[in-house]
Amino acid sequence: MSLLEIRNLQVKYGAITALKGVSISVEPGQIVTMIGANGAGKSTLLRAVSGLIKACAGNVVFEGVDITNLPAHRVVALGISHAPEGRMIFANLSVRENLEMGAYPRANKGEIGHDLERVFSLFPRLKERFKQSGGTLSGGEQQMLAIGRAMMARPRMLLLDEPSLGIGPILVKAIFETIVEINRELGMTILLVEQNAHQALKIAQYGYVLETGHIALEGSAGDIARNEQIRKAYLGEA
Amino acid sequence: MRLDRSVIFLAVAVLASALATLFEKSINPYYFQIIIYIGINIILASSLNLINGFAGQFSLGHAGFMAVGAYTAAVITTSLGVTRGSIFAIPVLALALLLAGLMASIFGLIVGIPSLRLKGDYLAITTLGFGEIIRVIVQNLDFLGAARGFTGIPKLANSFWVFSTAALVIFLIYNLVNSTYGKAFLAVRDDEIAAEAVGISSTRIKVVAFVTGAFFAGVAGGLYGHFVTYLNPMQFSFLKSFEIVVMVIIGGMGSIIGVILSATLLTILPEALRTVSQYRMVIYSLLLVIIMLTRPQGLFVRRRLFKRGSTPKTEIS
Repeated sequence: MSLLEIRNLQVKYGAITALKGVSISVEPGQIVTMIGANGAGKSTLLRAVSGLIKACAGNVVFEGVDITNLPAHRVVALGISHAPEGRMIFANLSVRENLEMGAYPRANKGEIGHDLERVFSLFPRLKERFKQSGGTLSGGEQQMLAIGRAMMARPRMLLLDEPSLGIGPILVKAIFETIVEINRELGMTILLVEQNAHQALKIAQYGYVLETGHIALEGSAGDIARNEQIRKAYLGEA
Repeated sequence: MRLDRSVIFLAVAVLASALATLFEKSINPYYFQIIIYIGINIILASSLNLINGFAGQFSLGHAGFMAVGAYTAAVITTSLGVTRGSIFAIPVLALALLLAGLMASIFGLIVGIPSLRLKGDYLAITTLGFGEIIRVIVQNLDFLGAARGFTGIPKLANSFWVFSTAALVIFLIYNLVNSTYGKAFLAVRDDEIAAEAVGISSTRIKVVAFVTGAFFAGVAGGLYGHFVTYLNPMQFSFLKSFEIVVMVIIGGMGSIIGVILSATLLTILPEALRTVSQYRMVIYSLLLVIIMLTRPQGLFVRRRLFKRGSTPKTEIS
């Protein structure tokens, strides 16, 4: 059984249809990537899964449970964490408090402390800055914080929205390596939305290409990376 | 450790306010009145700070909750007929203040649930409207004295009641905002969507902040009524709400100690300026302008808060 199953999902912003019936499935333990141009509806898809926006038709099924249009805070409790686009960290809370907020639905203090150490070992930079307020961090550090915060809910599934956005190439590489580590070591299934198709297809097992609200192509990450049209449109080859 | 420190603060403050009652007679009544107003304003400003400063919901209706509390408490003590010095005075006032707070928080709930969907300016205008509605309703209710005012309230509140309540409010707010639950208030203020994304029900947090703030404003209203012994709807106009908002902004949104100090300062300042008679409010307003220009983060705050949305964001795709 798929961990996450999205069937014929439709989302509208007023009169504009952002998703025109998208169906995808994510197998447990995988990294699945969703690539596509600006405005294709990638972030919208993640927001609809995590309950930040409402879908007008279709279903989202997680571990066999229909979670379509549940409020966001309940989706987190069920095991899906979303690191939203643009990072959205709590600027006036310290790094540590940001991470602790990630564990807000959880009660076990010991486990939370353990997970905090785990995030710090994945992102040592955050440990150096744990007393600093989130707003003083650099873009890359904020991205680490956003991913770390999402991990603190101890989700079975992590939704990552453009982790490479506005970050230098060296840091992008490091962050992608950490994403692989989170997937392999901690067994978290990852749905990764990216414009940086090249990097995303390198670490993912399976991929979808989203074009103006519908799935244009799907397949193993390797197949997509070899696809002639995709190479032209998204990987910058002539 | 933090909790211990705040417990010590509470104990010392309650003891000090109890001792202060011994000297009430020997102080110039005018000064004494200002001191009591300081205590009441500390309660009002601290409770509004919970809504505006910590949870980031700009409310302009605090005087409305104060009015609800003031009239509720006044109706209870006058209908029970307690007088100053009677053995029932203490339990009855305690009960009246509790019910004043509860009634105000019920109003907070009624106003909060629909209006907290709104943000920023819209919420401010809605709460402003609510505060005025309360005042106008009271003005037309005969059993509350209507526009003539409510007279004959026993003078039950003294420095003990006012300052130990203020200390208790500060104690509760301090421990709330330092708890995980309280951190969620700050998270909602910083970024509502991110707060939802980590599992915080932002609506719930906003309503809790609003209802708690309203409760304390109601208690402050009850104390006020039992000190001045006379209530008039005009005492709770939007000007009073603005006065409280100014205290919070000048003290620094989200700074507990800053708001206490500014509530004190802004209660004394207009009185101190009485010496310059007709220029009083001109100077007062000018000082506010100067403070805002030079210390926009608040008089007693070291570091400026990051504004909502100041972290880099891009459009949704």
